[in-house]
Amino acid sequence: MKMPHYSTIDGSSVGYYALLGLLGLLILVGLGAAHHMETEGHWVTGMSNQIVWGTPHVFAVFLIVAASGALNVASIASVFGNPAYKPLSRLSALLSIALLVGGLAILVLDLGRPDRLIVAMTYYNFKSIFAWNIFLYTGFIAVVAVYLWMMMERKMNRYGKAAGFTAFIWRLALTTGTGSIFGFLVARDTFDSALFAPMFIIMSFSFGLAIFLLVLLASYRWAERPLGTEIVFRLKNLLGVFVASVLYFVVVYHLTNLYFTERHAVEAFFLLNGGIYTQLFWWVQVLLGSIAPLVLFYLPQFRESVTAAAVGAGLVIVGGLAQIYVIIIGGQAFPMPLFPGMEVESSFYDGVVAHYAPSLWEVLLGIGGVAMSLAIVVLAIKVLAFLPESLEDPETASAEST
Amino acid sequence: MTTENIPGRANDDLADAARRRFVSSLAAAAAVPGLILQTVAEAARPADQPVTDKVRWGLLVDTENCSDGCDACVTACDKEHNLEGFGRPTTDAQWIRTLTAKDKRTGRVVTLPMMCQHCEHPPCVDVCPTGASFRRADGIVLVDKHICIGCRYCMMACPYKARSFVHETIHDQKTYAPRGKGTVESCTMCVHRVDRGDNTTACAEACDRAGHQAILFGDLYDPDSEISRRMRERDVTQIRADLRLNTGVRYQGI
Ligand code: SF4
Ligand code: SF4
Repeated sequence: MKMPHYSTIDGSSVGYYALLGLLGLLILVGLGAAHHMETEGHWVTGMSNQIVWGTPHVFAVFLIVAASGALNVASIASVFGNPAYKPLSRLSALLSIALLVGGLAILVLDLGRPDRLIVAMTYYNFKSIFAWNIFLYTGFIAVVAVYLWMMMERKMNRYGKAAGFTAFIWRLALTTGTGSIFGFLVARDTFDSALFAPMFIIMSFSFGLAIFLLVLLASYRWAERPLGTEIVFRLKNLLGVFVASVLYFVVVYHLTNLYFTERHAVEAFFLLNGGIYTQLFWWVQVLLGSIAPLVLFYLPQFRESVTAAAVGAGLVIVGGLAQIYVIIIGGQAFPMPLFPGMEVESSFYDGVVAHYAPSLWEVLLGIGGVAMSLAIVVLAIKVLAFLPESLEDPETASAEST
Repeated sequence: MTTENIPGRANDDLADAARRRFVSSLAAAAAVPGLILQTVAEAARPADQPVTDKVRWGLLVDTENCSDGCDACVTACDKEHNLEGFGRPTTDAQWIRTLTAKDKRTGRVVTLPMMCQHCEHPPCVDVCPTGASFRRADGIVLVDKHICIGCRYCMMACPYKARSFVHETIHDQKTYAPRGKGTVESCTMCVHRVDRGDNTTACAEACDRAGHQAILFGDLYDPDSEISRRMRERDVTQIRADLRLNTGVRYQGI
């Protein structure tokens, strides 16, 4: 297979600047929302002493999880030696850095004291998974940046495989770390499961690839570069496998919980009577975010449609956000088991399902983070050569050249 | 249960290191008003008497004495630490709350005060990324307000929902109990009183004054202390004993 020819995009059209302007605006609005939450205090959000991690965490965790998955395409090419994905490696690595930066920005801006970021960087409690994650995240950005450099600098190409391998291992560690934030919370029946780490890894594959697919489609369409359907369908089919695997993990997770009698109440909450969380689980996460994409990816009527692939990928993202919402917020809303077997009541909402409704500020901050990730990609592909000039299907390409 | 059942005297190196760092970071920044907490405390304790792991401060709650509808302990704590409310019950801080638990089978109801249990193996300290949550050698679990970044991971981890996040700007703080918007806080076991040698806490004192004597403060390691004596006499439970956190707050009559 011949080396693809990479080049920067032109990026001088009205559309390009309009897109950049829109993203810039969303970032500013997000920053404004964060500023408002910080000066007023978190009482202006939907969060409380019962639900301490709200919508910003949903966005942040989603982006961070997706970041490691976005690296997939590059990993398949370099670690597993699949040449079909090779031309996409640069974009894959770029997107993974961008998603991580966006997610981290949200996380930091939602701290009670974002101004103390330097404290977080200088004081460490090594028993804390959060503290490890600070290293895992910053290290990931560095490792992937080096990997990109190896790929983009011809002289360094021969180290590409080693760098790709390091990045691959690192991102597995990273997602294990993110999943473990929840997995190690012994106090809460809704978390405290070793399954969280592997489940987060497979979720990352799915969410990251869905975003990658959409970014790929959008950038080739808007840059008016040829994109063959073969590569799109390949990615889409792979995404389908990941979506099905996530679903499988979700089933196993709930079945394990159902096995423990003491967790029946939790399961009933998520699957039957948890109000908004049950609704989000069945309708958005399972039906819209898992089953519908599978139908769109594999049913003969849709199998040959790029639009169906794009819509399916979009639904995977919506379903993924719902899944993380249910995990994080539903997991906190369910009352903590202070006195098993007893009905508990207090002024601090013991024993009742905690109420949470996202505030506008939180949503704006979340969207601002997403916009930041996208803006990084949009800018970077104009400055450096990330995109192959053509991703036409091999047969069409060779047919034309003869 | 006897005092021998409270293991872990040798387990305090971490907390001790955290404390030392706390104190030195305070000393380094002694110009900030909130810092008086420890400076006063350190001054009140003679230099040759550091916080020691020879004692373990704890509270014993006799739920049979706790009277339904009484909130003397809550009011006293709020006043002692100036926990002003903003009329927003979901976000206002509560260091101590009264809680009723009804046995679904028998219908028996117990009322009890619930606060930070000052765990010997505190999950809040384990998860805190900066070490802001720490356990003193004498068993008191505190938050260093100067290095807390407000990530709220400790609130996720605490099995007792003992912590509050400061959701708004605070006015009129007590110098011995600094608070700050954007940081997390919880019951300090009235550490300022303990270090002064009062031998009681605001809640225990208020409960006595209300005539209930449901809360007793004391040294769990001292076999001759009143608290140890009472713990020997009757069954003592820890809430969520299954988690094996070896709490410093114990309950009778549950
Ligand atoms: S009760 Fe909660 S806040 Fe108090 S020491 Fe234990 S885990 Fe920490
Ligand atoms: S909120 Fe503060 S005390 Fe709690 S874990 Fe985070 S940094 Fe530590």
